[in-house]
Amino acid sequence: MTLILDGVSKQAGAETHIHPTTLTLEKGTMNVLLGPTSAGKTSLMRLMAGLDVPTTGRVIWEGADVTGMRVQDRRVAMVYQQFINYPSMTVYDNIASPLRLMGRSKAEIDHAVKSTAEMMQLSPMLDRKPLELSGGQQQRCALARALVKGAGLVLLDEPLANLDYKLREELRVEIPKIFEESGAIFVYATTEPEEALLLGGNTATLWEGRVTQFGPTPSVYRQPVDSTTARVFSDPPMNFLKVTKSGSVLHFGEGQQAPATDQLSALPDGRYIAGFRPNHLEIGRHTGQAVAFRTTLVVTELTGSETFVHLDHAGERWVGLVQGVHDLSLGAELEVFLDPAHVYVFAEDGALVAPAAYALAA
Amino acid sequence: MSDATVTQTSFTAKARKPRMRVNGSAVVMGCYLLFLLLPIYWLLMMSLKTNTEILNTFTLWPDNLTFNNYLTILTDASWYMGYVNSLIYVVMNTVISVVVALPAAYAFSRYHFLGDKHLFFWLLTNRMAPPAVFALPFFQLYSSVGLFDTHIAVALAHCLFNVPLAVWILEGFMRGVPKEIDETAYIDGYSFGRFFIKIFMPLIASGVGVAAFFCFMFSWVELLLSRTLTSVDAKPIAATMTRTVGASGIDWGVLAAAGVLTIVPGALVIYFVRNYIAKGFALGRV
Repeated sequence: MTLILDGVSKQAGAETHIHPTTLTLEKGTMNVLLGPTSAGKTSLMRLMAGLDVPTTGRVIWEGADVTGMRVQDRRVAMVYQQFINYPSMTVYDNIASPLRLMGRSKAEIDHAVKSTAEMMQLSPMLDRKPLELSGGQQQRCALARALVKGAGLVLLDEPLANLDYKLREELRVEIPKIFEESGAIFVYATTEPEEALLLGGNTATLWEGRVTQFGPTPSVYRQPVDSTTARVFSDPPMNFLKVTKSGSVLHFGEGQQAPATDQLSALPDGRYIAGFRPNHLEIGRHTGQAVAFRTTLVVTELTGSETFVHLDHAGERWVGLVQGVHDLSLGAELEVFLDPAHVYVFAEDGALVAPAAYALAA
Repeated sequence: MSDATVTQTSFTAKARKPRMRVNGSAVVMGCYLLFLLLPIYWLLMMSLKTNTEILNTFTLWPDNLTFNNYLTILTDASWYMGYVNSLIYVVMNTVISVVVALPAAYAFSRYHFLGDKHLFFWLLTNRMAPPAVFALPFFQLYSSVGLFDTHIAVALAHCLFNVPLAVWILEGFMRGVPKEIDETAYIDGYSFGRFFIKIFMPLIASGVGVAAFFCFMFSWVELLLSRTLTSVDAKPIAATMTRTVGASGIDWGVLAAAGVLTIVPGALVIYFVRNYIAKGFALGRV
């Protein structure tokens, strides 16, 4: 059971929704499609499901070419961001409907529906109509209908995006459990890097219709292949600044410098782009090597235990995530610190030339 | 204790006060209803009077109540066949219109094709011309193909106006159903036909009801085409009513009874779809 996308692309008129993409999803894996809105997550998923026919390329499922096959024959399951159920049927009939179409026996259907409903905590609501349920229950009903038929490929298109915070947390914990029980290939689209990290498995980062990187989630996070992937897989996005390397020293523009050690030492001299994640920016000096930057505070956002600081650094907008609540005045000058061990170095065209030292150590 | 009594009396005094004042909105509403209902009341009363009473005296209600007018209509074939004919072509027209409009509206609501927006607007242009324009071509056409004076002739002629209207109404209702429901059904294994009947139709049932109502109403009240295209066998009730001037003059009582009976089917249909009618008037786009 593997799904192979072989040079698949999708064009709608003059617009390219998906650039030629080759992906192999292995049996029993959780695959996260991570990217901002309109990056092509849904388009790619529709190609996997067979709802859209690719402009070029082939879709191969279990060794057979299924490009252009009717959706009805594909044996896939899909859950949308909107809560999609059949409003005229009860929850029981909703869950049972794919099985009835498969021509299963009554007892078999009853057993499957009851056990799936049990797993999704829907047992008390089986006789109700979906629109009488809360949002979370409606989405659980949609999930149950997708899971009950035991499809080999389960596509979840931002299933939690329309739920409120608490329900999202609840279901987010349940999804990996459901996945493990099903043994199917799961594809999960999301805009939130945090969600990708929680789900684990593999992650494909998408940007403007291209898969920029595909691999095990932690390694995509720690060692992004280029600045686009790093930007996508970081919330708020990664901060960048121009640096120059000459000899064994990395210059940060305003006289700050750090020794170019380990991997950096092998790089040829020249201009590079340094990137660092918001949570690595610090307000106080914590290590001796930390480099200091003078910035202007533009906006602060409190989340309770953490503070987002939006900074202006020589015309560039940076975002920092610092622990605790700080009493800072807007427009004031703020000195921030950055440990060189947390700096990724990219070539000027965006390709990663040296991952941060901490990421290699981990 | 005494406190309680005091408050109670003052409360009743207060409550009595507004009753003395004239309720302005009730008066306006009353006048409006009177204005609306007066012709219908008059028609109903006429239908219960004798011709002598109608012509010779002015009475607000019948002096000698009679049901003979209704009896005439319900026993005389030339009268009651008018109702039967009307109902036959109206029902035929409603069924044809809705059945034809359902797939058309689905296509307009779900697919993009060359010129779809123009075509959709074009549908309405048929309703911009008065039916009289089409009386001549239909009469000539149906006479030459032998459809003249049949129920299906009138039903088809009314389709020219009702199919576009039904498409517009149904398209509005169908647009309100997310496309993801269609796709989920296909993914679940539903064929198009089963999906349409088992899942889609219940979701747009009120739209079908409203579309059917508008088709029914247009066809029921349309006089010119139905009269032009029929002579004896498919003569509608409205045509029968306009041809009742006999040698003995006009039979006022019977005519009024026929009028009352003509209102009944429309009133019944309105009663059943009253909850969806506002959405229907907005062509489903509320």
